[in-house]
Amino acid sequence: MRSMVEGAVSSRQDVSPSLRTENLTIRFGGHAAVNDVTASFRPGELTVIVGPNGAGKTTWFNLVSGQLTPTSGRIFKGETDITRLSPSARAKAGIGRAFQLTNLFPKLSVRENVRLVVQARAGKGPDVFRRASALAAVNAETEEHLATSRLASVADLPASALPHGDQRKLEVAMMIAMKPDIFMFDEPTAGMSAAEAPAILDLIAVIKQDRSKTILLVEHKMDVVRALADRIIVLHNGELVADGKPDEVMAMPIVREIYLGQGAEEVA
Amino acid sequence: MTYAAISSPSTPRRVPAGRLAVYAVVLAIGLALAFAPFLFPDVRAQEVAARICIFIVLVASYDLLIGYTGIVSFAHTMFFGLGAYGTAIALKAMGPSFTAILVGGGAGLVATLVLALLIGLLSLRVKAIFFAMVTLAAASVMLVLASQLSDYTGGEDGITYQIPRAFAPAFKLFEDGDGKVARLFGVPLNGRIAAYYFVFLTSLALFLFMLRVVASPLGSVLKAIRENEMRAEAIGYKVVAYRTAVFCLAALIAALAGILRAVWLKYAGPDVVLSFHIMIDILLMVVIGGMGTMVGAVIGVVVMTLAQFYLKDLMQIGADATAGVPVVHQLLEPDRWLLWLGVIFILLVYFFPAGIAGTLMNKEWRR
Repeated sequence: MRSMVEGAVSSRQDVSPSLRTENLTIRFGGHAAVNDVTASFRPGELTVIVGPNGAGKTTWFNLVSGQLTPTSGRIFKGETDITRLSPSARAKAGIGRAFQLTNLFPKLSVRENVRLVVQARAGKGPDVFRRASALAAVNAETEEHLATSRLASVADLPASALPHGDQRKLEVAMMIAMKPDIFMFDEPTAGMSAAEAPAILDLIAVIKQDRSKTILLVEHKMDVVRALADRIIVLHNGELVADGKPDEVMAMPIVREIYLGQGAEEVA
Repeated sequence: MTYAAISSPSTPRRVPAGRLAVYAVVLAIGLALAFAPFLFPDVRAQEVAARICIFIVLVASYDLLIGYTGIVSFAHTMFFGLGAYGTAIALKAMGPSFTAILVGGGAGLVATLVLALLIGLLSLRVKAIFFAMVTLAAASVMLVLASQLSDYTGGEDGITYQIPRAFAPAFKLFEDGDGKVARLFGVPLNGRIAAYYFVFLTSLALFLFMLRVVASPLGSVLKAIRENEMRAEAIGYKVVAYRTAVFCLAALIAALAGILRAVWLKYAGPDVVLSFHIMIDILLMVVIGGMGTMVGAVIGVVVMTLAQFYLKDLMQIGADATAGVPVVHQLLEPDRWLLWLGVIFILLVYFFPAGIAGTLMNKEWRR
């Protein structure tokens, strides 16, 4: 495993998928926002999901992490069918999700935002017999996460007081604190300046070094994640239209067509 | 990092004056309540003190819902009433004994738990507004039941009954040499004192328990749910389970407050333990004190109870002093006390948008 070279997608086919969606569909009224999407993902693989606005990328993410329930189709984590599980149960099962629009606990401190994640994983939520601040193991781990994500200096501020870039960092730090098997990033660098984005990408690169993790990434700026991507999936009008290695996918006529007028240079 | 200046960890945090002021006021209120029978020996003042104790528990338990978890319920007085009526009916039927309080109060608590669990599990999944409507309906049904089942509840008149002898004014807690009731600072140490301290100490214990709850891991999850329900679920907390649990917990504490009320008043009726007037009082008290602060309950209850009991007296003094001054005299007529109560509320909400305690304690973030 360690000797595996980057981008060796085909050689990983022997590893069984860690996440799979089968004919996944959701309709809002007559409109199929996600239409019959079948795809599987393996540990050690970073897949970038691209597509124009309204292609169904975030909706597909919401189906996988449980915020939406599909009209039809199924979702598997490993061999387990998780289609009917609640979001909290999926979190416990190892699916971590960071959100596109910053989705924090705004009035709580940065530290508390992270601590709540660690506390959830430790299963200490229902405890009323001690102070939350007395959970030493939870606190220690919280401080670790704050340090690795470089948020320690702002830990006492309410999350809403952070500048946008740091809110995105906190968003990612919270997912890392979930210690999931599957990492789902929804435009982690959206709205960040060119100077801020590398900090997030570094965090993702660190996660990628652990070859047991599966990483899914929705991103518009292809140039940003090109170096990290093992595979690209293209969604268009809710349908999966392309799936393969970055160079292959980007060379496909249909992909160029979809992105034409949308900034083909940006994608390529 | 432009914000480094305001967040630099090396500078020691300034002591938040607002927070200290609030704690000092709450501590002073606590001490005043602890020595109320000796500080304010007249009967009316004792009624006020006992009412304040009980309402602090009731309002603080409501704050667990509305302030900490973001659940809006109109059924809080229903649970308060279940505790009170359970105790009252048992005291009436079984005679004035502590066993009756235990049995009746216990029955009230069981009924509360069952009902809260049912309402919670059936309707905490739905949107907040629908949940509020469900609780409103349940509370209305309970009010109708209390007035219709008059064989048990005494209908609109309510029930009067005796309480255990140890709580009666004739009971001598301590005797002096002549067999008369002993006095401390001129205050007779009779059963009424015992009843007051029963109310005070139980209320204190319940309030301290709630302070512990909000500081516990459970409390932190409640705040997370209030702040961002969807994210709380996404990081692994079962939001419906937590909401149902806190709804049941708050209901049980309200029922316990109801038991105290029934024991203290020797009377239970719709007006004092069940009506929507009380629900509105609770809402006003929690808003005036400050939602999501716990100590706000103490301040809100004291401000509002004192206004309700003493504003008229104060206005009488004012009216007498201004006799002969045309408009002012009429404005200060004690019958117009509700007008002034309204003015006070509006001013409080205007100057303390997050409640008295909430607004003062929020000063902390401004450095």
